[in-house]
Amino acid sequence: MDKLKKFAVDYVTYVVKGSPVFYAWIAFLCLLILGLLYGTFLHATDGLRYTGLTDQVHDGLYLANFVFLVGVAAAAVTIVFPAYVYHHQALHKVAVLGEMLAIAAVVMCMLFIVSHMGRPDRLWHMLPIIGIYNIPHSMLAWDTLVLLGYLILNFVGGFYYLYKKYTGEPLNNKFYLPLIYVSIVWALSIHTVTAFLLNTLPARPMWHHSMMPIRFISTAFSAGPALIILIFLIVRTRTRLWIDNAAIDLLATIVTYCLGLALFLTLSEVVTSLYANTEHAHGLYYLMFGKHGFTDLVPWFWGSVAANIVAFVILLTPHWRKNYRLLALACVLAFSGIWVEKGMGLLVPGFIPTPIGEFTQYFPTTLEILVTLGNWAVGFFILTVLLKGAIGILLGDIRYVATTPEMATSASAGVVTAPESV
Amino acid sequence: MAAPGQVRRKHVTNKEKICNPEGGCTCAGQAPGAAAAENISSRRNFLKSTSMLSLNSLLGTAALMTMSDDAQANTAWAEWFQGNYRLMSDEEKARARARLERRYTREYGKAVTVDGTPPQEGVLMGYALNIKKCIGCRRCAKACVEENNTSRGKDQEIEWIRVLKMEKGEFSQEKMNQGYPEGLGIQVGGNAYSPAGVVMEGEHYYQPKAVPEKDSVYMPIACMQCEKPPCVKVCPVRTTYREADGPVVIDYNWCIGCRMCMSACPYWARRFNWSDPNLPKEAMNPVTHYLGNRPRMKGVVEKCTFCIQRTRKGRYPACVEACPVGARKFGNLLDPNSEVSRIIARKHVFRLKVEQNTFPKFFYFMD
Ligand code: SF4
Ligand code: SF4
Repeated sequence: MDKLKKFAVDYVTYVVKGSPVFYAWIAFLCLLILGLLYGTFLHATDGLRYTGLTDQVHDGLYLANFVFLVGVAAAAVTIVFPAYVYHHQALHKVAVLGEMLAIAAVVMCMLFIVSHMGRPDRLWHMLPIIGIYNIPHSMLAWDTLVLLGYLILNFVGGFYYLYKKYTGEPLNNKFYLPLIYVSIVWALSIHTVTAFLLNTLPARPMWHHSMMPIRFISTAFSAGPALIILIFLIVRTRTRLWIDNAAIDLLATIVTYCLGLALFLTLSEVVTSLYANTEHAHGLYYLMFGKHGFTDLVPWFWGSVAANIVAFVILLTPHWRKNYRLLALACVLAFSGIWVEKGMGLLVPGFIPTPIGEFTQYFPTTLEILVTLGNWAVGFFILTVLLKGAIGILLGDIRYVATTPEMATSASAGVVTAPESV
Repeated sequence: MAAPGQVRRKHVTNKEKICNPEGGCTCAGQAPGAAAAENISSRRNFLKSTSMLSLNSLLGTAALMTMSDDAQANTAWAEWFQGNYRLMSDEEKARARARLERRYTREYGKAVTVDGTPPQEGVLMGYALNIKKCIGCRRCAKACVEENNTSRGKDQEIEWIRVLKMEKGEFSQEKMNQGYPEGLGIQVGGNAYSPAGVVMEGEHYYQPKAVPEKDSVYMPIACMQCEKPPCVKVCPVRTTYREADGPVVIDYNWCIGCRMCMSACPYWARRFNWSDPNLPKEAMNPVTHYLGNRPRMKGVVEKCTFCIQRTRKGRYPACVEACPVGARKFGNLLDPNSEVSRIIARKHVFRLKVEQNTFPKFFYFMD
């Protein structure tokens, strides 16, 4: 118990200390979080009236970010899987960073859901026993279940690993490895269920196809590792933790394959829907070319396609992929391309036209953007803290030093004898 | 590719519509910036009006109910902690309703009743609408707003009934040979892009000088009270459910506002309270039902309930009474002699979007 207390204290003291750049970054995030607080206050007092949402397009930026971030959370598996199943050495060393990312991403998901909900104060209605939990019928109930489970798995797995590193004790593999394997399968489940959330609604023909889960997973496994590569590159240059090229290269390969698959699936969807161009294709048509003079999403769609294709070409060329500046560019492009594709490109046109054929455009308001940035800021705040702590432990900067009386005397004896030995 | 007869307007939403006294709705086609600016100013007004309101209610409380602030807080607290209506015991239900009655009476300054009449044995409510008779006057929609205490005014206007106007479209002799291309390619007929009557793709913001307009048919829609309602299936907290006598209802105090049901409904029947509803005291209908027309709060979903507050007491829904041409029929589907049963037995009836397998209890028919 004492060890655990000490772990917490050491962890926190290490994490709060940092360079001016670190403080500046935290201050910047806090500024954005202030915006979130303001927005949340308005949502709580006046409802969602300051959003651009309407009865026609009633899910927007918040739900889109949720969907996207579930993918990012699931993408931790692209580190954990090669590390533990294929025993990839370079990734094995830093696998815990993936788990930290997963924790931050799931927390962001939950924040976005809270922003999205009309009555977050009634969330307790979803708790089993005191509330009603509509399982197995409601996909949202399933989604909550898998996301919470994933959060717990990663939290326990990640911090167990860090704690053992901290104390220098060996891992109990009987406990740890099953946890890892379960979390690998679980990662797939979170994004699959999130896809089911949308594609089980025949009232929204744009989503109602069986390709959705695999498309979600392929886009997630390109955007997620892209973000991880960027984080790794930053960690390599900003901290003393060196991440091997082998790790980055493997992730880059994963991004390449998955991005290729994602592009292929987009193409399949376009051909399938637009060949016959029935009324069910109106949403996609509106997204790609506009309809009835409404073209607001068209630049988003083509921008995202362009970003993804450029990223794919860079990644596909070994010579360019190995150039980490170009690789970083490709990752930024893939990440933002997929963010647009899943957000403005998938969620919003699902509501346009409405089931009765009405075209209403959706424009996020400033407040919505503020809240969105704020939620991301909380996520990055958590991510920064978690990564800093984890890196400190991996580097051995945070380490268990026993403070029992004998140890203390011997330590002080050590200090006393030190000058003599010099 | 814009087909004639499919007029679409930009930025028209239920949040921005302005109601005119005739009962129709004008679209306030605002630029997004203007809308934002207005939001800000309306927020100021809103703050002002809430402070006024609380002052009023404080004074009013002392005079009317002799209920202290503490008691008010207790009511809010008790309401927040109450369970799901469907699972409450009869006694708990009665207490919840009494609590609401007190609150509404205080808030609206008149004696409000919150009824809890349960479903009756042997009743299954059904609706039939004569699509040939409807003249598109939208009196039903207006009567519905007045009966059901829905939000009105320019900030947030909610209407459960929407009347779709569908123009006849043309399928003309002259265009017969105007298709493309000549020679190789897929031949497309000249009438290909002129839909002759469009189902479920109508215009519901129409502003006529007089109704019915030439060459138009009208199709009113609202919640279809599906026998197999997808909205019920997706609700994570089972706040929306089908009552034994047919209507799909919502416990407004239990809804978490996730809007899954809105995504699931194939008939665009559900509305969301983006803010606290704007319900003028003098226009508030004090005869309410817990699952029906009692005033809602911000952040919850609402929709048509077949006027449960009336129909469980043996009255017709407000829209049936308001229809000037008698296009709307309502009754008990289990009674073979009821008007709806006879219509279903004898007329040509159809339901909307049968491919969705929702099995609506709202039938359309023609003579
Ligand atoms: S019409 Fe829509 S809201 Fe009404 S019961 Fe059917 S699915 Fe539910
Ligand atoms: S918005 Fe309310 S009624 Fe609709 S699914 Fe969510 S909790 Fe259920």
